[in-house]
Amino acid sequence: MIPAVDYIRILPELVLSIFGIIVMMVDPVLPEQGSKKPLGIVALVGTLAALAATAYQTGFYGEAFYHMVRVDTFSVFFHVVVLMVSLVVILASYDYLDVQGIRAGGEYYALILFGTVGMMLMSSAIELVLIFIALEISSISTYILAGMRRRAAESAEASLKYFLLGSFATAFFLYGVAMIYGATGTTNIYNIANFLRTQQSTLAYLAVGLMFVGLGFKVASAPFHVWTPDVYEGSPAPVVALMSTGPKAAAFAVLLRVLFATGAPGWFWMVWVSAALSMTLGNIGALVQQNVKRLLAYSSIAHAGYLLVAFAAGRQVGISAAMFYAASYAAMNVGAFAVVSHFASAGEKYVTLDDYAGLGRRSPVLAAILTIFLLSLIGIPVTGGFFAKFYVFSAALQSNLVWLTIIGVINSAIAAYYYLRVIVYMYMRDERSEAPVARIPVGLGIGLAISLIATIYLGVLPGRVLEYAIQGAQDLLK
Amino acid sequence: MNFINTNILTIVVFLPLAGAILLVFFPRRHRDIRWFALAVSLITLLASLHLPWYLVRGQSGFQFEQNIPWIAHPNIHYHLGIDGISMWLVILTTFLMPMCVLISWNSIGDRVKEFFILMLVLETAMIGVFVALDLFLFYFFWEATLIPMALIIGMYGHGRKIYASVKFFLYTMIASVFMLAAILWLYARTGSFDFVTIQNMIQGGQVPGFENAALWLFLGFFVAFAVKVPLFPLHTWLPDAHVEAPTAGSVLLAGVLLKMGTYGLLRFSLGLFPDQARRNAPWIIALAIIGIIYGALVAMVQPNIKRLVAYTSVSHLGFVVLGIFSFTQLGMDGAVYQMLSHGISTGALFMLLGMIYDRRHTYDIGEYGGLATPMPVYATFFAFIMLSSVGLPLLNGFIGEFMVLSGAFQAKQLYGILAATGVIWSACYLLWMYQRVFFGTVTNPANNSLRDLDARERVSLWPLAIAALVMGVAPMLWLHSIDPAVAAALKQFSNVVQAHATHAPGSLLHADFARNGMQALLQVIGR
Repeated sequence: MIPAVDYIRILPELVLSIFGIIVMMVDPVLPEQGSKKPLGIVALVGTLAALAATAYQTGFYGEAFYHMVRVDTFSVFFHVVVLMVSLVVILASYDYLDVQGIRAGGEYYALILFGTVGMMLMSSAIELVLIFIALEISSISTYILAGMRRRAAESAEASLKYFLLGSFATAFFLYGVAMIYGATGTTNIYNIANFLRTQQSTLAYLAVGLMFVGLGFKVASAPFHVWTPDVYEGSPAPVVALMSTGPKAAAFAVLLRVLFATGAPGWFWMVWVSAALSMTLGNIGALVQQNVKRLLAYSSIAHAGYLLVAFAAGRQVGISAAMFYAASYAAMNVGAFAVVSHFASAGEKYVTLDDYAGLGRRSPVLAAILTIFLLSLIGIPVTGGFFAKFYVFSAALQSNLVWLTIIGVINSAIAAYYYLRVIVYMYMRDERSEAPVARIPVGLGIGLAISLIATIYLGVLPGRVLEYAIQGAQDLLK
Repeated sequence: MNFINTNILTIVVFLPLAGAILLVFFPRRHRDIRWFALAVSLITLLASLHLPWYLVRGQSGFQFEQNIPWIAHPNIHYHLGIDGISMWLVILTTFLMPMCVLISWNSIGDRVKEFFILMLVLETAMIGVFVALDLFLFYFFWEATLIPMALIIGMYGHGRKIYASVKFFLYTMIASVFMLAAILWLYARTGSFDFVTIQNMIQGGQVPGFENAALWLFLGFFVAFAVKVPLFPLHTWLPDAHVEAPTAGSVLLAGVLLKMGTYGLLRFSLGLFPDQARRNAPWIIALAIIGIIYGALVAMVQPNIKRLVAYTSVSHLGFVVLGIFSFTQLGMDGAVYQMLSHGISTGALFMLLGMIYDRRHTYDIGEYGGLATPMPVYATFFAFIMLSSVGLPLLNGFIGEFMVLSGAFQAKQLYGILAATGVIWSACYLLWMYQRVFFGTVTNPANNSLRDLDARERVSLWPLAIAALVMGVAPMLWLHSIDPAVAAALKQFSNVVQAHATHAPGSLLHADFARNGMQALLQVIGR
């Protein structure tokens, strides 16, 4: 008999799944050619309900379903991050779907909700098999979402590419799970930890390596990053906002569990090299981009690198720094892509830097908001990005990773150049092509306000969130 | 009164920002925006005058301190405080700001609201740099100056403005991340960002591994400051940024932003790493002297007046660095004084150049000639300010240069001799420029009908001219409060130096000697 409290421990997932089903059921009732905005509202209510459920969960920490799921500060932290991301994405999609003429609103919103369920489960599952299933739920949803602009060839390309490479990578992860089972005789994270505490296992090294490959693909860290620019370029912009933040944060949560909660051996140099490579390749790649979506794709590779620096630092400081980074990266990146999605207008025509020329004059508000997100991505004070980098590098120095810190610091200086380039185009160049800017719709406005407030809040008063992250790190290592 | 004394720094720092936020909600009517910006900058100036009024002179350490925990992890405090050095730099900032608003009155015609918002945000950040005593807070403000300045250059500049703006941004940004790395290292080992705490821990030898890392930490800070100053090989961003920036941008860049670099050297490089500063002084002084001479020589051959004045900054700031690294009371007093007087005279020079640019839209010296005939008032102001920049006795530039050179002579005669040539050079290039622009007959017919300065322009110049004169005849007004602060900085310094027994024979670190020097100076002035 499963105790009732177990259901509370998966309550956000349950709520969101139900709302996903409601979206699918309401969809056929709506006129086929009409706007799908009502579905957006249902999805929105679903996310808010899931947020409330997550808040309710905080009174019920503990494990559920025979040690499959564990609710603690760590899982709640990532639940909130992921839910906030989908909230903003749904708000940004509210008018986007009509503008782009995407009629499959039912599938769209339902997949976002189901994908979010997968991401949430990834952060609370402590059983590798369940983690794998959650990973698949979130991945498959995003594979389909990537191809939502059905008429655009590059969207189909993005979807297919993402699917093929993604499945390949998940196979690696699964192989790693099999290996660790072979090595320790269990797939429960904390049982693995108990086993590895007492016994050495060579097979465990291989298992950690394989799982790192699988998850490295999901977080787009070098050298598993090659898919990112193409997929981000082709996918609908709000979907990119989702997949560059939500699944990434969730995959980082899994990586934190796999590397640190299990006390797994032999990850240090792997993470070190991947961090250095991601930062460097990402930033250098971004320097020459003309397409803003591709530019942000390379930047997201670089940011995965910064996050991995925190991983390399390890221990409680590193874990909490990584969690904080994931949260503030989610806030600023989702906002940046939301602006891009609005400015791209019908058919995502206006996505090159030239189209951004003179945006500061045509749409001062939109340009100012994008500027703040970009400054946050650079890591300028008063924004979340600054503290995120700051915590990561100070964690690295506390673990004596001087060289990795130097590489990171130099990289963030390089990065300043290409983010600045966007700002230069917006404010200092005269417009060359006449790209129309529609009024900011209400949904997008609210979404942008949420991510803006989050970005600034994390940059001015990061203490509270950081305390949660530290608490989460303690819970993770318990 | 107590409430004001504890909060005055916060008020001064955030008044402009509050003004900027209010300005966001203003209608786009240019007149109101300008008047409002002027009012905000004047109120800030008034508020900042509280500082010299109530500063206790004899007291060592920081005053008007405010120390509130801001973030628990990491241990960051909102810690503000000033001493005699930083106080005057704050006043310099708040004093220049209303002039900058006045000078931009008509020359900024497009995107006026954004311009004044950026200016006010910039003011908050600049004042913040001078009053922050928490290394984190300092870095925070330091970086925060970057964006508004880069935007001011890039949006309102002329010519190759984008190139200049990006170059300025990248130079400063890249250099300051090294400072961030050094700050983080210090935090990792001390658990604190507080300047005073870290300073005490370093002096007490309580920082593990400091001996090995000290050189790198010193260089990390030094690079950030040297770019800002700018010291000789790192100066190439400055002429571009100055020339392409709008007038108000150039005034603030030369008047205040460069001082952030020298202030940083004085407060942080010397305050935290006295031993390394001592060891590295020879090559830093060499670079400073190269800068003095090189800047002067390059200035001499410039066909563009604004670029000429920009290069004089390289030369004059070389004096400041020389004074700081002479490690003498007189030299450092002079360096601080030179910072202030350079802010006044170069700021005024850029304003004068802006006025002629508004009329003729060119900085080319060849386009001018004989301007004294159509514009006598302008020519008089220009001559006065130029002479103050040259270092004519009884004007502000002389005092600073004299003290720096005396300090340099005390440190090592060669330094003094080489640097003194810089004074000669500066007379050459400025006077020659003046002759070409103002004397003779009007050769270019376009200059015949130029109107002279109007009331607004005169109002914006008078305060600077008066300040230049007062600073020249009554330097003790300033030195009374600068001197104890410098003495305190040096005292700390001599402790370490004696502890490490690397006392250079030529330098004298005794405060009483400084008194003698000061008296000598006063005698010179009295004559």
